[in-house]
This record gives sequence, C-alpha cells and structure tokens, in this order.
Amino acid sequence: MKMLVAVKRVPDYNASIRIKSDGSGVETANVKMVMNPFDEIAVEEAVRLKEKGMVTEIIVVSIGNDACQETLRTALAMGADRGTLVKTTEDIQPLAAAKILAAIAKQETVQCIILGKQAVDTDHNQVGQMLAGLLNWPQGTFASQIDFHDEGVSVTREIDGGLETLFLQLPAVITTDLRLNEPRYISLPNIVQAKRKTIAVVPIETLSIEFAPRIKMLKVTAPEKNRAGRRLETVTDLVDKLKHEAQVI
Amino acid sequence: MKTLIVAEHDNQRIKLATYHTIGAAVQLGYEIDLLVIGEQCQAAAEKARLLTSVKHVLVADNAVYAHQLAENTSALIAEVGKNYDYILAGATTFGKNILPRVAALLDVAMISDVTNIVSADTFVRPIFAGNVLATVQTSDKIKILSIRTTAFPAVKELASPSVALQSITQAIPNIQSRFEKQSLTQSARPELTSARIVISGGRGLKSAENFKLLESVADQLNAAIGASRAAVDAGFAPNDYQVGQTGKVVAPDLYIAVGISGAIQHVAGMKDSKIIVAINNDPDAPIFQIADYVLVGDLFTILPQLQAELKKVSSS
Repeated sequence: MKMLVAVKRVPDYNASIRIKSDGSGVETANVKMVMNPFDEIAVEEAVRLKEKGMVTEIIVVSIGNDACQETLRTALAMGADRGTLVKTTEDIQPLAAAKILAAIAKQETVQCIILGKQAVDTDHNQVGQMLAGLLNWPQGTFASQIDFHDEGVSVTREIDGGLETLFLQLPAVITTDLRLNEPRYISLPNIVQAKRKTIAVVPIETLSIEFAPRIKMLKVTAPEKNRAGRRLETVTDLVDKLKHEAQVI
Repeated sequence: MKTLIVAEHDNQRIKLATYHTIGAAVQLGYEIDLLVIGEQCQAAAEKARLLTSVKHVLVADNAVYAHQLAENTSALIAEVGKNYDYILAGATTFGKNILPRVAALLDVAMISDVTNIVSADTFVRPIFAGNVLATVQTSDKIKILSIRTTAFPAVKELASPSVALQSITQAIPNIQSRFEKQSLTQSARPELTSARIVISGGRGLKSAENFKLLESVADQLNAAIGASRAAVDAGFAPNDYQVGQTGKVVAPDLYIAVGISGAIQHVAGMKDSKIIVAINNDPDAPIFQIADYVLVGDLFTILPQLQAELKKVSSS
C-alpha cells in the first residue's frame, strides 16, 4: 500500500506571534519555522505502518516556497521515502490545498492519505475533509488510533462526547489528533540518509487546478488585553470575592 | 437570502451547540431553516420545532443516515444546501467533521470558528491559537461557516411548536464507511461546553487518582470538569475533557484552573470565560496573566480548603 502524507511548514507554536504594524497579517520574517505538529504525528504513523510492513512506500507532500524543502527533509529523515514540493509563492487556502493534494494522490495512485487535523497557524481544520470529499473517499478525522485490516481501516476518533470507531474502505483519508502517537526523535544518521532521498519539485501551474484565494484577509488584530491577576492570600478571601465581588457563585 | 443550519443531535434532543448556531444566524438576519439528519430522529425533529427564529424544520430520517457518517450526510447537506446562501453548523467535532466536506462538494471555501459577524460577507475568526483575530471576507456565493458557539447567544425554546416538519425523502447510500462502536464518557455533571462553572486540572495534579480531587469541589459548585492537554496526554483525564486550541472551547461564568501552567494552547480554549481563577504553586505561571483571581500555593492543601469553604457558604 502506497501512502501519501501531507506536511505544512508553520511558525513554531512556541514562538511569540507578532502582528505586522499595518495589521495586514502576522510577521513571519525571522520566525522559527517547523513542521505542523499534527503533520509530524501523521508522518510518524505512516513510518510505523511501514515498519510493520503494512505500507510499501511513503510519499510526503508539501505546498509552498522552496523553504518547504526543509520540512520535507525532516519527514524524509523520520522515514518517509520521497518528497514532492508543489511549488508556489501564492496564498494557498484549504480548498486549493485539497485540490492540489487530490491531484497528487491521483497521480501517485495511493491507497491512503494521512495528514494533520489542523495546522496550528491558520487553525482551519478543513483540508483532510475537503480532500476526502473531492476524491469521494471515506474520511476518518481526529484519529487517536488506526488499525488496518480486511482491506480497510478502523479509525478511532476523538469526538466531543468521547471516542467513536469507524471502519473505512480503502482508499481513505485520515486526519490525526494529538494522541495517535508520539513522533520520534530524529537521529543524525537518519538526517544524513535523508539527504540522499529525492524531492520532486512540481510547479503549481503544471497541475491545472484552480487555486486562486476565495477568502480575503482584510486585517488582523490582537485580542483583548490581559486581566488583573489579583493575588489573594487565603481560600476564604477567594470564596468571598467570588460570592460578593464577582457574584459568580 | 436564506440560511440552512445543520442540526447536531443524538436522535432524541438537539444539542446546545445548535441553539448557539441559530443565535449566530439570527445576527445574519435572513430566513433560517434547520436540517435534521439521522435515523429515527423524529423526537429530535419535534424538539427542533420549538426553537425560536427557525422558519422550517427539514427532516431526513432514514437508516442510511444512522450515526450521521460524513460521507453521505455531507452529500445530502450539499444537495439541500445548494439552494441556500449560507450553510452553518457549530464548530464542534460534528460540524468540523462534516462542513468542510460539504464545502468541497459545493466548490466553495469555508470559514471556520466564526466569533463575530461583521457583515453579510465579512467575519472574524481566531488564528494562531487565538493569539490573533483575523477579519476575513469571502467572495463565494454560498457561504459555509462553522460557529464558535461561545461567541453567540443561544436561542430560546417556545412553549409549543411553531413550525411544521418537512420530510426529505432522498436517501443517499454509504458503502464506504460504517460505524463500529462508540464509548461516550458518562457523567452526571453538566456538559463541559455549556456549564456555568468549569473546574479544570493540569499536570500539577500529578496523577489520575489526584485528578479526582477536583470532583468534590465540582460537586459543591455543580461544575463541569475539564483538563489541560498535558493532563489528558498523561492519562489523568479522558480526551473529551480537553480544553484548548484543539480541544473544546468554553466560556463559563467561572473557570477555575488548578495546577495548569497556562500554555497558549490551553488559554485559547478558556480565555473568554467571565471570571478566571488560577491556583498554582509557581508564582510565575503564565496562567496568572489571564486570571482575575490568583492563589499561589500547594493545590493539595488548597483544594480541600476550597471544598470546605464552599460548603460553608452554600449552607449559610
């Protein structure tokens, strides 16, 4: 089974986020960039499946500028077999990303696509579901456990009330939640080895899909300021404040 | 102009998220229809007739829609929704699972987690774990929005039904996926996303056993219990307790954070609470910056005191 994994390059979630002075967006110059943590979990899952002999080849895809090659190298160092960079400097929104991934999935005739449930920069949580819809494949979103058997896959999903398990026929799309696995530490020999793996660069124009943005970012602003954080000395004082001052109990 | 709202329900009752989603649709100002999809969901459909501001309740009650699996449920929503200008659902795991697929089928963009409706085509949504608010404008003819339920008021229920049910007979089969099992957390407490008071625990509680210390305080306040990602990852609490960027978003009247340091991922899910209390032994815990009241000290000493003090207050 060939597996496709999609990875997005995002600002490190530990880095502090600064809004550009003209409010047109978020400052990304000189910000440390990393692989989206949910996508890292997706790569890890694919690599574990390959180690178990369930997956024959892992193709990792990223969409963006040349810097995304670094993110692809990270995935290759984790154990993916080869990479594809869909190269563009345009703003690629979720629907366009899903169209691009659908085109790549068809070219590569993969049986399963796994990707993070959301990117921690734009927080959309859309691409996997859109991709499944475009391909008319079943979807297993927010996965915390994956079990391939009987020409399909059981996916345990984290839902609001608890957990739900679905059986999906292949081909299928799976999006990862936090508790699916813990991504491995990448060793130096693996980083060296990854340099010998290939990354194909595909200019976005060659895919003949429509990728123009549908949504215009008018402005970004900072949310409200911090609160007082008044330090109290005793529990009695706290309960008194909650009852008489805040009047919430 | 017309708005279609996809109802979230368990075949018996309409979930509170839908009440808030209708609240958001009211702000859009157009006619609102509610779509109830399920198997043997007549009881839920009857409840839907009681919701104020809803013009028509559309019901697709068929065995093919059991468990509301994304594959055919999305196809039906796209089929019904193509005649509407807006398609809305709550930004819950139900809405997040289904709406993007609907958007892809209709070849339109989707706007996730709307917290403010600026105009008919312009909306505000949080990005970067809520550290930034983006104002975005869509050019698509059909606008698909998931609604951050804590940002909009819930609509009220009428005493008696005001609208008739309209049956949708189209049955779209689904051979691609099937339901295997579900394990829902059973609790006598209020639901996390709708509770008036929430008490949450973090890594500071140190074990699943200790996590139960929150229960006696929660009982005293009739509060729901939540958890930070660290506490869930460590196995102290089940996944559906998680409050944060990738878990549940809550905005109760009172949020008590116990042994939670205040990582931005957690803060993203609770910072809109009316009053925030933070209890932590680290005087520099980031959670204090977004709290109204702060207690620095050992939570294992403070929690029993808090329980006793609350008991005193409630009996006086």
